[in-house]
Amino acid sequence: MAVTTYSGAEQYNFEVVKKFAVMSLVWAVVGMFVGVYIASELAWPFLNFDSPYFSFGRFRPVHTTSVIFGFGGSALFATSYYVVQRTCQTRLISDGMASFTFWGWMAAIALADFSYVLGYTQSREYAEMEWPIDILIEIVWVTYLILFVGTIMRRKQPHIYVANWFYLAFILATALLHTFNNLAMPINLFSMKSYSLFSGVQDAMTQWWYGHNAVGFFLTAAFLGMMYYFVPKQAGRPIYSYRLSIVHFWALGFMYMWVGAHHLHWTALPDWTSSLAAAFSILLLMPSWGGMINGIMTLSGAWDKLRTDPIMRFMIVALSFYGMSTFEGPMMSLKEVNALSHYTDWTVGHVHSGALGWVAMISFGSLYHMMPKLWDTKMYSRKLIEWHFWLATIGIVLYIVAMWISGITQGLMWRAFDQFGNLQYSFVESVAAMHPFYAMRAIGGMFFLTGAVLMAFNMLMTIRQGKRESAALEARLAAKLAHA
Amino acid sequence: MWFSRPENTKPLGLVIFFVTFIGIVFYAYGSKKRSDQLESYRNIPFMDDEEDTKDKQ
Repeated sequence: MAVTTYSGAEQYNFEVVKKFAVMSLVWAVVGMFVGVYIASELAWPFLNFDSPYFSFGRFRPVHTTSVIFGFGGSALFATSYYVVQRTCQTRLISDGMASFTFWGWMAAIALADFSYVLGYTQSREYAEMEWPIDILIEIVWVTYLILFVGTIMRRKQPHIYVANWFYLAFILATALLHTFNNLAMPINLFSMKSYSLFSGVQDAMTQWWYGHNAVGFFLTAAFLGMMYYFVPKQAGRPIYSYRLSIVHFWALGFMYMWVGAHHLHWTALPDWTSSLAAAFSILLLMPSWGGMINGIMTLSGAWDKLRTDPIMRFMIVALSFYGMSTFEGPMMSLKEVNALSHYTDWTVGHVHSGALGWVAMISFGSLYHMMPKLWDTKMYSRKLIEWHFWLATIGIVLYIVAMWISGITQGLMWRAFDQFGNLQYSFVESVAAMHPFYAMRAIGGMFFLTGAVLMAFNMLMTIRQGKRESAALEARLAAKLAHA
Repeated sequence: MWFSRPENTKPLGLVIFFVTFIGIVFYAYGSKKRSDQLESYRNIPFMDDEEDTKDKQ
């Protein structure tokens, strides 16, 4: 194995990493604020202000796009560029392409959010962007792929570290998913409106092939790449088992592709298709837990770090939520459970235990590890990291407990019959029963958002501190040279 | 065509995927020498440490 001494930050392109890292925090605050706002709209409907521009329907994709692609996507761009350079011990192949991916990605998110508020949407979940924005994303993504593969190809380290495998699988799979899910015909060249090439049940199947693989490759495989680099780095010890990571990678990548149809149980989709998806969903538990165990066991022999290191705590709690939501998901994919859970808030709670508990927490941990290194300093306030951790954890628990109760209540109320065989409750009665839980969910979101704001402030102060230290160092060097 | 019939391709797919999976597990765990080689890659994230990044934390 080659060991190459690394000769300075200038050897790597950290500028693009810094830009993406900062913007991931900006999008986190924006996206989570909109999330709290729409959660509050459900609890206190006057917040709609009888205006389409403030309506839940328009703001909801602003929230999902900002947090998934703005916050999560920027964190992935930042960490993948950081990890690929450091583990391949080489610079990104092109600064221009790297810069293009940054500005292109930012433009895509901003344009998408703006277009939703104006009422433009494809009505495809997590792919609401209309066709001109889809084309921009396609160009940015292919550039990202070329940049990432090109950098791997000129590595100085003969072996490609497993984190890069996960990142590459994410980039390749997302390219495929984005391309085929967004095949559409614009009504004319100067209109934002388009129609999907698919229709009916094929359209639904394509949408959920995309939708669940967005979860599998964008929100899971990619963040596992993050985990495989940053957990060992923060723990100061190598990953528990490299061989397990190989089996984890291939099993996870293979199985995720089959499970999308479990979103379409009890629909016009052929029964065997959704049964097959449920079978693969159950099997998926094994690689998912294999990965979780690999991450958590990295701390084996150093469990005290959980008590002493708040960044490590973010990462291990993230892995615990990963384990929990990858148990809950297969369970919900069973047809009988799904008959109760589908179309209820339980699904919303499940998504958020993955999105907040796993994706956001592992991103926070990784950014807390990486950003001070980028600015060559230490974190401004450890106390604020502790506060962030507890606010985020309490926020998630409030959120998912509220959604479990309201989801199961909804499911039970909708299927309850009276002694004459009529539905026992009207739909509006189930809506009224949800009210306290919607308020509880909004409050959980407020906790989580407050934590994210604290993090953004802590990072801002860290960056300023890093700049101050570097200016002072330069001044000392200049003074020394002047006296020499 | 033989492969256009699901009753043929389903078991064929099962055999191909199962053999591939066993192959990957055998590759990862089958040989002591290769296992040691693979496990040595665990240290890659620590190889460009830490001369100038000043890990002050």
